[in-house]
Amino acid sequence: MNKMHPNARTVTVRASRSKFFGYLGAIILCLIGWYVTSVLVDSPALPTPFETWPVLVENIPALLPEFWVSLYRVVIAMTIGTVIGVPLGLMIGRAPRADAVFAPVLFLLYPIPKIVLLPVLLVLLGLADAPKIVLIALTIFFQITMTARDAARAVPEASILSVRSLGGNRLDVYRHVIVPASMPELFTALRIGSGTAIAILFFAESIAGSSGLGWFIVDAWGMINYPRMFAGIIAMAVLGVIIYELLEFLERRLTRWRRAGIS
Amino acid sequence: MAEVSFEHVSMTYKGLGGDVLALSDLDLTLAEGEPISIIGPSGGGKSTTLLLAAGLLKPTKGEVKVSGETVTGPRNTTSLILQDFGLLPWKTVEQNAALGLKIRKFTKKQQDERTAQALDQVGLTEFASSYPNELSGGMRQRLALARAVALDSDLLLMDEPLSALDALLREKLQDTLLSLWKDIGYSQILVTHSIEEAVFLGKRIVLMSPRPGRVAAIVENPEMGDADYRFNPSFHECCEKLRSLLVGQGTLAEGRVDE
Ligand SMILES: Nc1ncnc2c1ncn2[C@@H]1O[C@H](COP(=O)(O)OP(=O)(O)O)[C@@H](O)[C@H]1O
Ligand SMILES: [Mg+2]
Repeated sequence: MNKMHPNARTVTVRASRSKFFGYLGAIILCLIGWYVTSVLVDSPALPTPFETWPVLVENIPALLPEFWVSLYRVVIAMTIGTVIGVPLGLMIGRAPRADAVFAPVLFLLYPIPKIVLLPVLLVLLGLADAPKIVLIALTIFFQITMTARDAARAVPEASILSVRSLGGNRLDVYRHVIVPASMPELFTALRIGSGTAIAILFFAESIAGSSGLGWFIVDAWGMINYPRMFAGIIAMAVLGVIIYELLEFLERRLTRWRRAGIS
Repeated sequence: MAEVSFEHVSMTYKGLGGDVLALSDLDLTLAEGEPISIIGPSGGGKSTTLLLAAGLLKPTKGEVKVSGETVTGPRNTTSLILQDFGLLPWKTVEQNAALGLKIRKFTKKQQDERTAQALDQVGLTEFASSYPNELSGGMRQRLALARAVALDSDLLLMDEPLSALDALLREKLQDTLLSLWKDIGYSQILVTHSIEEAVFLGKRIVLMSPRPGRVAAIVENPEMGDADYRFNPSFHECCEKLRSLLVGQGTLAEGRVDE
């Protein structure tokens, strides 16, 4: 059923090529900015890219396990937050009675920075993966639930009516209208949320436990090994890009229709 | 095919700004396979009438019956086409046409067969995997029709389905509507604000009163049913009659030549 348009593949190839050059340009720009800044600042705390590069290469074996641990934590946590938040948000967005109960609770808890729960979570869940995953999942959960609720409320009544007039029940309305209609906003929320998620990850890893990129960076700092610290920071940037691209990939697959009719 | 009757139907909306009596004691019967047009002042309850027939609203008083049975919810072989066609932008042409079949749990094979046939009937076969955003207004309209055709509907309800299209395209699609009705023979209620359209497509034209809506007059139009009816003197006679009724009602200003 989902036949690709004849020229869709060439468009995809062209898009990924231009994306590659985009990243290449961005990297070069960042390196120049970094180099100039570090020369001007002239402090051991800000090594040049040339000092950092050999350290990064040398530290790849040490970085890789921490990288995977961090990636695992963010991906699992974002998935949990999304899987719980999306159905709840979409449901209360379309059910005034449930909304009357849940919305005030959400509004009350949403502005609290979930990071303040870290001490509690550390006491309850130990120092390993669990507290970090829960903390990130909580943050994503609130952001995504709020977005899903607003997106579900904004779905045009005509689309819903058309499914209902075809005999669709509530489930059909969700499946054929509410979920696909909310998809673009949900991805925007996830992309913004991924930045917050990585910030929280760094904070949590640097405070508790001895694994992950956050720990690696702070550990290098403690050893006053600045090039090593920057190697960790670069790995953190790569982590961000991977998550961003993962979301981009999913969004392209799930909202193909949005690019229809624009050429 | 389906017979439709509105028996002393009243409809009150409970809105935030108080209750609105949209229909008051509407009485109307539609014979099996009969196409009627409904025309009347804006806010006179025309859309409400269609939603009641579609089973999406329940009358406050009275009863709506289709094929002798009181309507309590959407019916399997009733199709409703709204002004914006009710197409879902995230579904391809094929998926949009198949939506009714899918919701009604037809087998995949039946879905594919009927959808292919319906798309063929409205001339959209080669656009099967396009999205609605890639279609022109007329094509979107035909896609909405394909959905009804695929369902093998015996009652087609349309709420100002052509009002978003330009005049030339509108006549073309009126022809399409007419030939589909002649092919399939469903009962049809068309709500429109165009006098010519009402006369071209309605065996009877129902004039609604201002709110609260009732039947103000019924104009018989037995000669409709041919594509060249537009050139027939009785077509113009019927249009004139309807026009003077609308002027008498205050819906149409006197002296205006066209709507
Ligand atoms: N969901 C609703 N809630 C409250 N009032 C409504 C609603 N839908 C329609 N109405 C009111 O009912 C009356 C009839 O509306 P409608 O059937 O849409 O008229 P028409 O289609 O003839 O323009 C109007 O006064 C309108 O404001
Ligand atoms: Mg209306």
